[in-house]
Amino acid sequence: MNNLEHTLKEAREDFDQCESVTDLDQAKAKYLGKSGVLTEALKSLGKLSAEERPKVGAEINVVKQGVEEALEKRRDAILNASQAKQLAEESLDVTLPSRKEDRGSLHPVTQTLHRIESLFHSIGFSVAHGPQIESDFYNFTALNIPESHPARAMHDTFYIDESYVLRTHTSPVQIRHLEKNKPPLKIISPGRVYRVDSDATHSPMFHQVEGLWVDQQVSFADLKGVIEDFLQNFFENKDLKVRFRPSYFPFTEPSAEMDMSWKGGWLEIGGCGMVHPEVFKHVGIDSNQYQGFAFGLGVERLTMLRFGVNDLRHFFNNDLRFLQQFI
Amino acid sequence: MQFSENWLRSYVKTSLDSDALNHVMIMAGLDVDDSHPLGATFSHVVVGEIVSIKKHPDADRLQVCDVNIGDKTLQIVCGASNARQGIKVACALVGAKLPSMDIKEAKVRGVESFGMLCSFKELGLAEEAEGILELNHGLKNGTDLRVALDLNDQITTLKLTPNRSDCLSVWGVAREVAAISTSSLSPIAYEVNPIKQSEKKNVVVQEKTACPRYCGRIIKNVDNTKTLPDWMVSRLERSNIKSISPIVDITNYVLLEIGQPLHAFDHDKLQGDVVVRFAKADEPIHLLNDTKIKLSKKDLVIADSSGVIAFAGVMGGMPSSVTETSQTIFLESAFFDPIVIAGKARAYNLSTDSSYRFERGVDFANTRLALERASSLMIEYCGGEAGEITEVLNVLPTRNEIHLRLKKLNAILGIEVPSQDVERIFHQLGFEVNKTIEGFKVTPPSYRFDIAIEEDLIEEVVRLYGYDKIPSHHPVSHQAMLPTSEACQQDLKEALTSRGFYEAVTYSFIEHDIEKSLHGNSNPIQLQNPIASQMSTMRSSLWGSHLEVLTYNLNRQLSRLNIFEIAQTFQGTKKDFIETEVISGLSYGSFMPEQWADKVRDIDFYDIKAHVEALTSKHLIFQKTDKTPLALHPGQTAEIFLDGQSIGWAGKLHPKWQQHFSLPKAPFIFELKIEKLLEDKAFKYEDISKFLPVRRDIAIVVDESVEVNSILDAVYKAKIPFLNRIALFDLYQGKGIAENKKSVAFLILMQDTSKTLVDSEADSSVSKIVELLEKQFGATLRN
Repeated sequence: MNNLEHTLKEAREDFDQCESVTDLDQAKAKYLGKSGVLTEALKSLGKLSAEERPKVGAEINVVKQGVEEALEKRRDAILNASQAKQLAEESLDVTLPSRKEDRGSLHPVTQTLHRIESLFHSIGFSVAHGPQIESDFYNFTALNIPESHPARAMHDTFYIDESYVLRTHTSPVQIRHLEKNKPPLKIISPGRVYRVDSDATHSPMFHQVEGLWVDQQVSFADLKGVIEDFLQNFFENKDLKVRFRPSYFPFTEPSAEMDMSWKGGWLEIGGCGMVHPEVFKHVGIDSNQYQGFAFGLGVERLTMLRFGVNDLRHFFNNDLRFLQQFI
Repeated sequence: MQFSENWLRSYVKTSLDSDALNHVMIMAGLDVDDSHPLGATFSHVVVGEIVSIKKHPDADRLQVCDVNIGDKTLQIVCGASNARQGIKVACALVGAKLPSMDIKEAKVRGVESFGMLCSFKELGLAEEAEGILELNHGLKNGTDLRVALDLNDQITTLKLTPNRSDCLSVWGVAREVAAISTSSLSPIAYEVNPIKQSEKKNVVVQEKTACPRYCGRIIKNVDNTKTLPDWMVSRLERSNIKSISPIVDITNYVLLEIGQPLHAFDHDKLQGDVVVRFAKADEPIHLLNDTKIKLSKKDLVIADSSGVIAFAGVMGGMPSSVTETSQTIFLESAFFDPIVIAGKARAYNLSTDSSYRFERGVDFANTRLALERASSLMIEYCGGEAGEITEVLNVLPTRNEIHLRLKKLNAILGIEVPSQDVERIFHQLGFEVNKTIEGFKVTPPSYRFDIAIEEDLIEEVVRLYGYDKIPSHHPVSHQAMLPTSEACQQDLKEALTSRGFYEAVTYSFIEHDIEKSLHGNSNPIQLQNPIASQMSTMRSSLWGSHLEVLTYNLNRQLSRLNIFEIAQTFQGTKKDFIETEVISGLSYGSFMPEQWADKVRDIDFYDIKAHVEALTSKHLIFQKTDKTPLALHPGQTAEIFLDGQSIGWAGKLHPKWQQHFSLPKAPFIFELKIEKLLEDKAFKYEDISKFLPVRRDIAIVVDESVEVNSILDAVYKAKIPFLNRIALFDLYQGKGIAENKKSVAFLILMQDTSKTLVDSEADSSVSKIVELLEKQFGATLRN
């Protein structure tokens, strides 16, 4: 009896000294292996008398169970300790910067164009494009600006030759679209336009969006509604005020200049008006049956206002420190 | 057009202040470009007279003046050398505020001084001044100087649209202001000058339609050295018109006042009749601005028997111009058809006040009136005797009656404008109005060249009715869905931004040499009037512009750049210009931004290739060719094909250009036409096999020159049974491999769609591949 109790105590001490699972397995063999102390003890039961056998057997089993429990306990302790060690070793500074590529960005003018396109798309405008090297006819004549008309002086035009120019506005797309499509129609036409001018507020190349809506009853009141709706949504400001004042464009009549409220004053944002009957005549549309409006917006101006950019030249210098701000 | 607001107010009586006046003009379509108070602001400065003067007891340069300011006399110490008894001076009183100082009571070297005598500079009226201001003797002592010099004025600059030639004069603006603000308008003061001498010029108008009305008269014994009155001088000054001589100044004054260009010839320098005709080819004229030009047959001229004496409606000639000694003048006032004058000045790079007005339209009802008005002023201020007016009158433009239908008016505007308002507006504008069943028959006045159709009348109505009275309305619309495309530019852009690229926007023009030698365009599209020589040519590629962006950023200490742009490129010749939309990119510097975790390496060809492949899910083929673009390194360039069609290039910048742009490293660039990339293709799904693929790896040794792609192509083409995919996973040259040879290792995935592949089937397929490689590429299997 004493012997068995001693064995359990001895086993616990042996196990506690083990630092790894391998050591523990070796220690286990001493008690529970093929020739382990307890295995031997069980084997020797046969030598005992029939009366003694069950009693001693039960005693041995109790000790064996105790040894097994001690073994499992120690095994868990060892595993926990080694896992804790691994976790401690693998711990990182998660604040270190990631292995990252730049995010990249779309040019602010593109961002504005997307915004304009999606707002107009939401009320059914589709997008039309036209060439940038444009004939004198589409850029001027068809828009009711005949040769030598003083309005031509309003456009400082780049000439390729006597009959081709770099388009000075996106309005020629109106004509090209009306030639090929029948009303009712609503389009916007974004793109690059060119004027011979260069300083902090003028660029020889810039972007415009032309808009055109032709139907049987589209009126000046509708024009005001669409522009106001657009500007309020573009700038996310329902209190934004829009002002229309008389102006002159040979291809619209009546014509208006659009201003929006800005920092206590008014800022010119583009031109607009009701499509001139001469323009309809050029494309074979009966102006007694159809009427419509057209407008032109300066994309850089809208971009400057939205992001607070103060110099037009930033848009075309492509300084990475500028572009990186628009991610 | 710039003018004094006080001048304008002398014709139109309105209670509106400057801001309100500007507002009504803006809201009626006369854009006020600028409006600012005249000169500097100062107060408490009055007209004074030095009644006595004595030397300062303790200072040689100072004098002590007694200055009468009307109700009293002040003692003022003054240092100006021109201070003397009897002159009228600008006297700043104690408490006066001048632009650079406030005037207080003072003791100057022991003598009390109760004010200051001012120069133009001290009043802020000039940059520099010598001595104190000496005023006109007629001014009353004690008068506020601002009133005495008419300084309480506002300088207004209008930016007029080309249709409003009727507002190209101060009186014209007054007429418009009177109409829009319903104020009263004073007429121009003019009289018919009595005929004092009998000499009369014979005028022959050969071009009757180009010059429907010509008036001229001889004025004898004028003195062109007289001084014009202050009011006229200051009005001209405030309109920014340089004074030349009294006769010329008066013609300019009447031009500003009524809008009628006039010209004074020195009559003694004219020979024979005055003729209005077109110029002969290359007919010379020596212009007033001292340039000599040769005219064309389209140019209208005034001539005498010696030749051209004026470029009609544009500028007079130098030889017949009036001078200080001119005594007899021939004064011309004419109406020229706008179409004849339009564009003529610009054709010779000229722009004059005269041509500006004639090409927009000058009121033909005022031709004679303006001549009388100028004559009166000349006779009053320069003396002289007027002769009879020679007038040649042909058919003047007509103003047709236009029908305005109220229904049309309301349909265009989207509101109902009351009929009586429409009628009232036309009356205010001086249009003739007659009621009809549908609306009104309206006839515009002679000075309106911009009213021809019903829509023009609609604009007039709404201009005065008020644009802001039209409500904003959400339109009712025919709604149809819009077609939508699977692939769009946006996808291409996002593919690159997600890979760290920034979108650039660069000018479409480039330097001619770059277009020729970098873009390789031997026939570039040139601009006739470029803004600068480095922007003279339309680009056929974006590479030149992007290399400029790279240089710009490298100069700002940046060392890594990934940019792209989608834009049109331009090629072709007259009438056959081709615009192609491309996506172009440039990558420079390290593969990743500098960071701590991995070793940073520079980008190479396979990085740019990956960027290009990221643009599309379509299968792009990269091939070496012998027609490498001039910009690229022939050994590191691929031509890119999609569906058998070449769509662009990717590669390393040619070392020659790297040197040209002084770049420390070589950038990698690409450019692809986007049209094919964006073509929608019906996509068909392929069933996923239920059976797992079998993988085998092989390594072979081939000649260095064998392109891996050709191996892959050959294997796919051979339709090896069960082959699903073959891909390169290793490339090796060096120890163990013979010189000029390379080891390439492929992974081969094989699969059967209907059963699990057995080893023998897989092995047989691999053998077939090896056999093919041995045969076609001289490959040996590597162990």
